Amino acid sequence: MSAALFLGALGLGAAGSLAGAALPPRARGGVAALLTAGACTAAFAAAARVLASGVTVTASSAQILPLTGATLSLDPLGAVFVITAAVVGAAASCYAVGYAARGGGSRAATGLLPLFVTSLLLVPAAASITTFMAAWELMALSSLLLLLTGHRRREARDAAQWYAVMTHAGAAAILLALVLLGAHAGGQSFAAIQAHAGGIPPAVRSLAFVLALAGFGSKAGAVPLHVWLPRAHPEAPGPVSALMSGAMVNLGVYGIVRTGDGLLGGGELWWWLAVAGLGVASALFGGIHAAASADLKRLLAYSTVDNMGLVLTGVGAAGALAVTGHRVPAALAMIAALFQLVNHSAFKGCLFLAAGSVQRAAGTRDLDSLGGLLRRLPVTTTLFGIGALSICALPPFSGFASEWLLLQGFLRGFTAHGAATATALLAGVAALALTGGLTAAAFVKAFGIGFLGQPRTPSAAAAGEVGPAMLAGTAMLAVPCLVLGVVPGAVVPLLARAAGTALGRPVAGGAVPDPLRAGASLAIAGSTDVIQPALLAAVLLAGLVLAWGLVRLRARAGAERGHRARRAEAWGCGRELQTARMQYTATSFAEPLQRVFDDVLRPDRDLDVSHLAESRYFEQAVTYRSRIDDAVERGAYRPLIAGVRRWGEVARRAQNGSVHRYLAYGFAALVILLVVLA
Amino acid sequence: MITFSIVQLLPLLRSLFSRPVTERLPRPPGLPGGARFPGSMQLRHVDAGSCNGCELEIASAFGPVYDAERFGARLVASPRHADGVLVTGVVTRNMAVPLEKTLDAVPEPRVVVACGDCALGGGPFAGGYGVADSAGPLAAPDVAIPGCPPGPVAITQALRTLTGR
Amino acid sequence: MSASLLASAGVSAIQLGAAVAGGPLLYGLMAKVRARAEGRAGAPVRQPLLDLWKLLGKERIHAGYSSVVLPLAPLVLIASTAAAVVIAPLVSTGPALGRTSDAFVMVFLLLLGSVAVALAGLDAGTAFGGMGASRAMTIGALAEPALLVALLALSIQAGTSNLPGIVSATLAHPGWVATPERVLALAALVIVVLAEAGRIPVDNPSTHLELTMIHEAMILEYAGPELALVTLGGMMRLGLLLSLLSNLFFPWGIAAMGSIPRLVLGLTVLAAKTGAIAGVIAVAEVSAAKLRLFRVPEILSAAFVLSVLAVVTGLVLP
Repeated sequence: MSAALFLGALGLGAAGSLAGAALPPRARGGVAALLTAGACTAAFAAAARVLASGVTVTASSAQILPLTGATLSLDPLGAVFVITAAVVGAAASCYAVGYAARGGGSRAATGLLPLFVTSLLLVPAAASITTFMAAWELMALSSLLLLLTGHRRREARDAAQWYAVMTHAGAAAILLALVLLGAHAGGQSFAAIQAHAGGIPPAVRSLAFVLALAGFGSKAGAVPLHVWLPRAHPEAPGPVSALMSGAMVNLGVYGIVRTGDGLLGGGELWWWLAVAGLGVASALFGGIHAAASADLKRLLAYSTVDNMGLVLTGVGAAGALAVTGHRVPAALAMIAALFQLVNHSAFKGCLFLAAGSVQRAAGTRDLDSLGGLLRRLPVTTTLFGIGALSICALPPFSGFASEWLLLQGFLRGFTAHGAATATALLAGVAALALTGGLTAAAFVKAFGIGFLGQPRTPSAAAAGEVGPAMLAGTAMLAVPCLVLGVVPGAVVPLLARAAGTALGRPVAGGAVPDPLRAGASLAIAGSTDVIQPALLAAVLLAGLVLAWGLVRLRARAGAERGHRARRAEAWGCGRELQTARMQYTATSFAEPLQRVFDDVLRPDRDLDVSHLAESRYFEQAVTYRSRIDDAVERGAYRPLIAGVRRWGEVARRAQNGSVHRYLAYGFAALVILLVVLA
Repeated sequence: MITFSIVQLLPLLRSLFSRPVTERLPRPPGLPGGARFPGSMQLRHVDAGSCNGCELEIASAFGPVYDAERFGARLVASPRHADGVLVTGVVTRNMAVPLEKTLDAVPEPRVVVACGDCALGGGPFAGGYGVADSAGPLAAPDVAIPGCPPGPVAITQALRTLTGR
Repeated sequence: MSASLLASAGVSAIQLGAAVAGGPLLYGLMAKVRARAEGRAGAPVRQPLLDLWKLLGKERIHAGYSSVVLPLAPLVLIASTAAAVVIAPLVSTGPALGRTSDAFVMVFLLLLGSVAVALAGLDAGTAFGGMGASRAMTIGALAEPALLVALLALSIQAGTSNLPGIVSATLAHPGWVATPERVLALAALVIVVLAEAGRIPVDNPSTHLELTMIHEAMILEYAGPELALVTLGGMMRLGLLLSLLSNLFFPWGIAAMGSIPRLVLGLTVLAAKTGAIAGVIAVAEVSAAKLRLFRVPEILSAAFVLSVLAVVTGLVLP
């Protein structure tokens, strides 16, 4: 039944893609979205059944892919990722209907979006190397083409170039890793590799893991392989960036967990410490850049790097603890990482969709030009606010429960003895704390400067609320932020099952005991640590009502003034002229933090003073430019690209256009080959 | 950073445990009747073109010897946090509008306290070329403190009539 | 079951009442100590309560371009601070919601209050509000690592992050108070508390110069009852932080879930401990100057280093 549902989902997705490409303009947006939503619902149902029952579902066919056939297998771990992708996919398709109606509805866009969503549903279920790589490439290509729908803009073309190169380099690394494993295990299905994992020599296993980490880590946005993310996610159209940040980066984490814990059965300690190290570096780097960014979508992209870093830290901690034999804390850390991942998909998807709405309504995503959007776009602002409060891990939203679980996971891990593990855990806690503060600063900036106060430009002042389809799509992702925050106990036991599947392939048999008791509260088994999010939410609400009552009560007592508040001019020290330009901008808001993290950010400052012709003592104009480029890109990638270009120039000398020389090259190569083979 | 030496600490502790230097002041007549803000009042000081003589006296009134804070009065930075404005100086043309705006920013109930002869329409600068034509809110202040400059005792006693202490 | 629930609710109510009354009294005490150290008579200790009562009766003003966020923020601040007060082990180790009384939950509740006030500062659409919000969020972001890692040090030592659990464990092992990890964590937490509560050397709460303001700048547009709520929230926050500091490190006197006399004793001892710490801080404030804004990250990094050292000594030393 679940297998049929899932295959039906894939079929619906393919049908949606065809419909989006083939139907006439008026119909194709709606029909494609409907079919995609249907696909997502079916996939959600299938994955939910798998999670609830814990039974893995398989399907295979020897005909679909040439030579090797396709094998699908949906186990509880993959089911979590399918569910996440399904929810974000449904919301994005609903949003895309409204987005397309306002002039973005080309045949390519409506045809490729269902394909992208289907590939996101397919990757977690792939169970052989060819199926996996086919699905992975489908995902990469469809997202690349969707990115290229904005090809008229130079930044979009640039971003697509970076994305294409990096995702394919990553795919090559992944392919190499999987092929290495497959060759040594003698079969190309994941089950075969898993069965023979013990027999693969350790050096090959480590090499395969490192390659897989590089490829999947790049997809997940791990520093230093993240540079495509802050370029591609902002340039993608609204629903596509939500899918990329809300569902695609998750699959990087899926790949790491599947390869390390699943295929290779746990592995070495240093693997997982490396994962945790990458996670800590990503979290810090992403957090700092998000706090310093003045472009709304770039801020969200760096925040994705940040959150994925936290997830990778959790995964690394879980793996390290599992390898050293502490299975219960390992399970807790894995559950926490998965919960953070699920929550991140919800709130990041919501934030990106809202940011897309803002870009549509105000025409810009530069925070320094926005402002006052609460009056103009009230619903979008509220939805962005829910996402922002959630990502800052504030009670009673979902980010709070998952960050608390992560902290508990790290805390429990300290019972494990081992200096390296303890250092990694301490670095994890410190990174979580600092990024928590930096995220709060970044999102107070994004929400406060982008949506509150006065509009800073005429286009922001003229913005109008977006259509109902876009609002519905965003709201679809905002609801889980609230629900998962108040009743995390509904979801966490299912994640425990997934974590158990991921980690619970012990060489010595036996299942992983349940580290969490989840009901109305989240309690750590074997200790007194517990949170009761619903109770906290109730207390907060009661506090709000009581405080409001106190204000009204006393106001009634002084009734001659009434309880209407007087609307007065803002206090500006008695200044006669107050304009919107006197407000703080996003750049000025971030300036103290930028000063503190100057060494990491290395802003590019340019001061240009032109003097009057008559005298050098009088200035005519002063231009100040400050840019914050990605430090890793500037420090590591640009020299690399420059070096490759130089070698390319050198190699061109060998290509002088003379046919005789090329024939000579061929002849020499043949001779050498004959000599070597003989 | 914080430099904390015994040399600095001893005089602090000595003054902490000895009698304060604040003078006792006689209760103004008619207290506490007519107190607009019994027990607590905050004022926003506005310099509407003064020579700073009144400011020095006000600083002295809130200093250790005359300490107007012990009677519940306090100077605050924002007019929205205040119960009124404490105006010194003759209202110049440039300060006329800012003074109006400052008073408008004060939430009701509010008072205007005019400190010094200049604020009451007299003083050496009255009728000068830079003085505004109309005194605005100073035309009918709620509390007047005459003097050029009024001494800290006069200022403190005037504030006590507002706080009733 | 219901009797213990009633008792727990009673304890929470006592704690809330003590915070609402005691926070302003604490402020008044610190002002009085400062005044006496300066040689002045000073306002009476109950002066902040009189100020708050008067403010509640004044007119409400909503500035310029502000929206619903401006009146909502003080409510959120009070609600989050009150929630933190109700679940913290102040008077007794067993308040009503003590099951959810986690150290990390406390941190996030305080963060909720800070974010609300910062958003209100930006909502007014003025330069001062933005400046205050920017500085407050910077300091909050840099104080958070020190805070969480110091609490982690305490949690590792006690084996739990549940606050009543840590307090009970300290009561059971009095020798812990003198361990190096406790001392280092205390030093780090003192710096963090000064930063979170906005006291010298991080912020001067009584400054009139807008360019030196951090917390004050965010609430420059508030008037009347909303100002009273924001000010009360800040005072409750200070009281909560100082009480937690005293109870986590010197827990003697706190009542286990017990009879009325024990609760009264607990309340009295808490007031005495918190008052003593407040007095020491007030004396330190008089003798120190506020740091430049760009020097504050240095002191917060020092706090972070101290808290990391606390964790490391806790793990390395037996």
